[in-house]
Amino acid sequence: MFILEPDGFEKILDSLREKGYRITGPKLRDGAIVLDTIDSAASLPRGVRDHQGPGRYRLEETGDDSWFSYTLGSDSWKKLFFHPIKPLFKTTRDGGLLQIEPEPPREGLKALIGVRPCELQALAIQDKVLAEGEFVDRHYVASRKGTFIVAVNCTVPGGTCFCVSMGTGPVADRGYDISLTELGSNGATRFVARAGSPHGEELLAAASSGKAGESDLQLEAELLEAAAGNMGRSLDVEGLAAALAESGDHPRWEEVAERCQACTNCTMACPTCYCHTVEDSTDLTGSVADRTRVWDSCFTADHSYLHGGSVRETRGARYRQWLTHKLSSWHDQFGGSGCTGCGRCITWCPVGIDITEEAQAVRGTARG
Amino acid sequence: MSPEPGSINLTDRIRGGVDPMVPRIYNVERIRRNNHDTFTMELNPADGGNPEPFSAGQFNMLYIFGVGEIPVSISGDPVQDGPLMHTIREVGTVTRAMARLKPGDSIGVRGPFGSHWPVELAVGTDVVIVAGGIGLAPLRPVIYQVTGNRSRYGRMVLLYGARAPKEILYQRQLKAWGGSFDMDVHVTVDRGERGWNGEIGVVTGLIRRAPLDRSGAIALICGPEIMMRFSAQELLRRGMDKDRIYVSMERNMKCGVGLCGHCQYGAKIICKDGPVYRYDDIESLLGRREV
Repeated sequence: MFILEPDGFEKILDSLREKGYRITGPKLRDGAIVLDTIDSAASLPRGVRDHQGPGRYRLEETGDDSWFSYTLGSDSWKKLFFHPIKPLFKTTRDGGLLQIEPEPPREGLKALIGVRPCELQALAIQDKVLAEGEFVDRHYVASRKGTFIVAVNCTVPGGTCFCVSMGTGPVADRGYDISLTELGSNGATRFVARAGSPHGEELLAAASSGKAGESDLQLEAELLEAAAGNMGRSLDVEGLAAALAESGDHPRWEEVAERCQACTNCTMACPTCYCHTVEDSTDLTGSVADRTRVWDSCFTADHSYLHGGSVRETRGARYRQWLTHKLSSWHDQFGGSGCTGCGRCITWCPVGIDITEEAQAVRGTARG
Repeated sequence: MSPEPGSINLTDRIRGGVDPMVPRIYNVERIRRNNHDTFTMELNPADGGNPEPFSAGQFNMLYIFGVGEIPVSISGDPVQDGPLMHTIREVGTVTRAMARLKPGDSIGVRGPFGSHWPVELAVGTDVVIVAGGIGLAPLRPVIYQVTGNRSRYGRMVLLYGARAPKEILYQRQLKAWGGSFDMDVHVTVDRGERGWNGEIGVVTGLIRRAPLDRSGAIALICGPEIMMRFSAQELLRRGMDKDRIYVSMERNMKCGVGLCGHCQYGAKIICKDGPVYRYDDIESLLGRREV
């Protein structure tokens, strides 16, 4: 365990940049935290924290110099690997004859700064779905290679967070090259830093101001324990997957449908939702057609289109599909939950539907 | 400590060097009308090679230039060499565009994908095939496979229901199959019309009277969901075992390889662990609304 000071943090970014990594991290834009290319540690938001609730997101100044007092914005790291819009191939037509030119997968060094523990789990879940099955998404695999991750443990959880329930946070235990815990913020921010890979170790050894002392680790443990006890939400997952699998006709699905707008916000903001569709479009001459992969959502009518209609016509059926997939059938398909407890679907739902509340309501009465 | 935890050690595994998302170009050899809204296409690879081998019950993703791509079961012979065959009903934008194809035009083909009918389980025993409407198309490869090696199997019974006499698929073949000693063919229609002397009624009625006397027989069902559910129930009443009945499911598909999320059916991913399922594997889902 190391101690990293702000100038050491900057050194790490510098050496990553020198090695050719493109650095992405949180930025303050339009009153929200977004993920974007960052030039230096100075681009990171400082002294802000978020207030999140169902259908609610606000930032406010903390009045101190803290680096990571906010949690997650609406966009997640998935956009860097599972691109929202991805060309797949180009077809040219000469008479009736076709020729196909596939889009080559693109690799590239990427450094992710400030990845929260629940987000590490989200990346692991998408890896499982898109890169570890019988078939893989070649574009995802290529872009996921060469990723360097600086994780940040959460000391100030948000109002819609429930990572403790999902077993994904607030402390990163794997999947990072370097993990950081911010200590103190009275003009003297410093981090306890851990290496998760030889590359992380090498960078930390060069950038840190020494080993973490007993009192630093003591303070870190206290901060993280307090954070774990300070989750905005909780979800009892014991037996939940099995209960939801039997919840097909539960009246709650119709109740939630009265509020759900089928706007797809939850699925776009979700860091694990991977549904996608393909679009085919031709140029004006009609001789070139492009196939593009784009994010899709199980809340649209087209998602279940079959023989001239939707299988899931009602919003209740679509919400049920989404929630039961996330918390129940994902286990059958991929050996774990599809939910990380990040809370985005609660915050960014325009009518504030809360997955923890809905799951609990369905399970609560299904039991009785 | 793994060498690069941030960048998990992923490999770009593709079968036989082929990206499953990129189609292979096939040329249309021939298009035959089966009835007013259904046709069968015969295709061969534009590169002069052979069509991909497939198993009875598998499907391909067929791409029409600039219009779109849909999953379609393969309806040809899985054993004999020959063109790739797809029997298609015109219901949407892509299938209507396919109906306008002419010999010499080309289309994109990805596949074959998915599970297959367990024809191997029928060796030495009887096969009951229950088909509704276009559901006969994904089962025709089973008929080719059994008739092509007739002595390996017991009795083969085809129970086929169509909406009306003019909608009956493969009429000439049905006559030939029924007239041979290879199989018993029973056809029924929902609505009769002038000149129809055959059965009228749903296909479950045929199951009630079908010659099912050998224990260990297998049943393969394909058609609308409600037809498959009632057919399976009728077969169970006739004493068949749940684990000898198979059905073929259908949902929207965009990738065909388990990645796009569209064809989920409860916890099933139809393009990957289906489309052919043992009945007891999906019994609890069949009949549930909007799954």
